[in-house]
Amino acid sequence: MSDELIQRVLKAIATSKRIPLETVTIDSEFQQLGIDSMDAVEILFALENEFDISIPDDEVRSVRNVRQMCEGVAKLVAAKAGAGAKP
Amino acid sequence: MRRVAITGVGAISALGRNAAEFAESLRQGRSGIGPIESADVSQVRFQNGAEVKGYTHQPYFDDRRADFLDRFAQFAVIAAREAAASAGIEWTPELRETAAIVTGSCVGGQSTEDIGFHEVYKMGHNRVHPLTIPKTMANAGASHMSMEFGITGPSFTISTACSSAGHAIGQAYWMVRSGMTDLALTGGSEAPFSFGILKAWEAMRVVSPDTCRPFSKDRRGMILGEGAAMFVLEPLEAARARGARIHAEIVGFGMSADACHITQPSSEGAARAMRAVLRDSALAPEQIGYINAHGTATPANDTTETAAIRAVFGPHAGRLAVSSTKSMHGHGLGAAAALECLATVLALRDGILPPTANFTGPDPECDLDVIPNQARCAQVEYAISNSFAFGGLNAVLALRRG
Repeated sequence: MSDELIQRVLKAIATSKRIPLETVTIDSEFQQLGIDSMDAVEILFALENEFDISIPDDEVRSVRNVRQMCEGVAKLVAAKAGAGAKP
Repeated sequence: MRRVAITGVGAISALGRNAAEFAESLRQGRSGIGPIESADVSQVRFQNGAEVKGYTHQPYFDDRRADFLDRFAQFAVIAAREAAASAGIEWTPELRETAAIVTGSCVGGQSTEDIGFHEVYKMGHNRVHPLTIPKTMANAGASHMSMEFGITGPSFTISTACSSAGHAIGQAYWMVRSGMTDLALTGGSEAPFSFGILKAWEAMRVVSPDTCRPFSKDRRGMILGEGAAMFVLEPLEAARARGARIHAEIVGFGMSADACHITQPSSEGAARAMRAVLRDSALAPEQIGYINAHGTATPANDTTETAAIRAVFGPHAGRLAVSSTKSMHGHGLGAAAALECLATVLALRDGILPPTANFTGPDPECDLDVIPNQARCAQVEYAISNSFAFGGLNAVLALRRG
């Protein structure tokens, strides 16, 4: 997981939730940040746009913190790059 | 205060083209959920819905009349025709002048709007069809019902998301009960299967990828539905005097607002609506024998609703039969409460409690008797029908066997 990817995820969360970027870290729990289920759905929307990926519902069901979210995005971004590399 | 009878019922839904087919499907626990056919879902994450299969307007409306009615308004008129016919109403000039119409709809004719906006935004055309506005407005169902029957009394539409028809029926009930009108046509209709609306639901991540399994351990969300159910309400005494068939009585209506969150349900708000209906009907919790649950099959709703039922009914919650017929007719949004009111009426009238279909196993957080998969014969005297909307606006109806 690159620092660049993590920073983009943190920024998407902060922008979507309208909280200062410095309050969001890779170790933040959604609960600490006051992110409820509707906030989470909005953040997923922002991430899909930011990374041009499609995040399946099943992938997000158990996501409770920023680290899990970054890992999920990294996986999908890698999968997209892999698919694009095929002939 | 007058007692209020339901003397006419009508329905069109994924469970059939009339109330009898609806009743038969519930009895058999047969779900109307299947692959969506009326919209292109190749770019949508979910594929299933509860549609009125193979619907075309031709048997119901000539082509020119149909031009003026979005699918949701067509459903309203179709169900209202059946309800009025089954009530055997004798239309007099006086009755037409005083009768009321109260309908519910959540999205109205947004499918029509979707087509028009596609024309200007995507196709680059410079004009939208001139009937886009009159077909889209949420009151179009009520308006076309008024024209269908020549009803010129108080007529309006309530839009409170998934509670729309519950608020509409409750309002119509209070109008008949208070003497404001001697006859009301009421219910709800919806037809939300258009690409734009489906994408909006997809983005909320509350729609199930397979089917609707309310209260089930492995539930994965709701399934959208469409259709309409309509009722004729009359004062009980007048209905008896003219020898009308009494399908059931409405005996109470309760409302509340969560004042909490725009989408997350609140068990306190739901409980307050159920307590309100018990107050309005002067019923004790122990008198209720069946609850038609809101039961959307989202992870949040079903646990919240279970907690609310336990809070209101206490130990009696363990003896109550509770089912969600959304497992069969889908979530009809603004029509949902009408379809579910009909399911409740039929349960009381026929002595058959409809099941929660597609049930695979109990969730400890939904520890109610949810009538899994098989309808149950039981004579119930009183029942309630729950509706809890996005936006936290709740409506609960109480009914009595006729």
